[in-house]
Amino acid sequence: MAENPADKLLPAPSTVWDTAVRLMTEGDRRSGRILFWHDTWASLKRLGLGIGISASVGLVFGLLIGLLPLMRSFLAQFVAVLSMIPPLALLPILFIVFGLGELSKVVLIVVGTLPFLIRDLSQRTLEVPQELLVKGQTLGASSWVIALRVALPQVMPRLIQAVRLSLGPAWLFLIAAEAIASDLGLGYRIFLVRRYLAMDVILTYVIWITILAFLIDWALRWVSRRFFPWAEDGL
Amino acid sequence: MSFVTVSNVFQSYGGRSIIERVNVSVDEGEFISIVGASGCGKSTFLRLLLAQERPTRGEIRIARAEPAVEPGLDRGIVFQRYSVFPHMTVRENVVAGESFRTRWGRFFGAELIAARARADETLQRCGLDHVADQYPATLSGGMQQRLAIGQALAARPRVLLLDEPFGALDPGTRLSMHEFLTDLRVETGMTVFMVTHDLEEAFKLGDRVLVFDKPRWDPQDPSLHGATITYDFDARDGGIPFQTLKEETHVLEPS
Repeated sequence: MAENPADKLLPAPSTVWDTAVRLMTEGDRRSGRILFWHDTWASLKRLGLGIGISASVGLVFGLLIGLLPLMRSFLAQFVAVLSMIPPLALLPILFIVFGLGELSKVVLIVVGTLPFLIRDLSQRTLEVPQELLVKGQTLGASSWVIALRVALPQVMPRLIQAVRLSLGPAWLFLIAAEAIASDLGLGYRIFLVRRYLAMDVILTYVIWITILAFLIDWALRWVSRRFFPWAEDGL
Repeated sequence: MSFVTVSNVFQSYGGRSIIERVNVSVDEGEFISIVGASGCGKSTFLRLLLAQERPTRGEIRIARAEPAVEPGLDRGIVFQRYSVFPHMTVRENVVAGESFRTRWGRFFGAELIAARARADETLQRCGLDHVADQYPATLSGGMQQRLAIGQALAARPRVLLLDEPFGALDPGTRLSMHEFLTDLRVETGMTVFMVTHDLEEAFKLGDRVLVFDKPRWDPQDPSLHGATITYDFDARDGGIPFQTLKEETHVLEPS
């Protein structure tokens, strides 16, 4: 550092810090917008939408496959095959079909995380002790009430766990999609400034993404503990 | 007329015969203990009574209704484990005994308040009123089983089925559970079937003790024949029946 204060490849922590402060407070010279926050908002929106859709669809199908033998024989193998498709290989198809806008990025996250969620949640539903389902029946519950009042509450904490686990892949797909075609987003910015060897900006964004990912994970764990105190604690 | 009628029931899985030629009729309010060695079809018989499975031959009727195809409101069940819902508090578990039959599986408004009050009564009778707001995982094994029985009774079944309900409990807790069950029976007069490994328990609690065993044994094909009821003991009066005269004898009795 003493030999080359203007080292581009490995900037000093102080340089990164100065860059971070500049990125978070100063507007873009051309448009006047603070791009850092716009990038964050755009990425989080895509991530939230993708994961949200994945989680709700995964929950519904997980319950159906886990509870109804007919659906299991019909769908389980189908999902098992689908989950083997590498999602990034589908990205060009998504860009062609859904265009380069928001939709294709959200769909990539959904395609990437949904099969795992369905498989995990149907397995968790199958693990609900048979005794509890029979008990529900002897209390006069219909299949609908058993799904709603016995299976669903037991699967919810597992859903949160599964979502926490699939957040990693979700970020991966998000950044990959943004890197290839976007005009805003954390991944887009990283790959844009790569051309100028702006390591200080890249590092700022990487640290920021890490903090965001950790905060989301922490929040999900808090939700799980707060709303499902009866479930045994996970990590 | 008997209340529960089991007529010529066979059950086999694949080619393996589990129980065969089971005939028994039970009056309303009787307490039936079912004993037998492991793998002798006791639990299978209970599952048939519960209508969790359907027999390959024969039929089981409760109160002369058509044989059930699914477990329903007329049968209550307590398993050895996993009998209460872990995601509901103790009070909610008892309320569930009444609310699961509704469309959404829960009560709202005034109905909920009334159901909670009834649940608190039940909990008091089970000695669980001090833990009403806790989750079952924090309860001891005996308390969980008391809760399971209370929950099953809240649904007001016609027949209560117990599958080794006290099998996982220590001897002291087991004795207090016997008292609890005896008191409850005196109060409700319910028909009870209980599968147990403990002969002493079977004779202590039951009015009748049914013994399941394999009467026939094929040395070449041990799974050819199933088990059936080999003994049907009268267990009233401490297992020594016929101590009370049933008819009018006109003999002067010491007063």
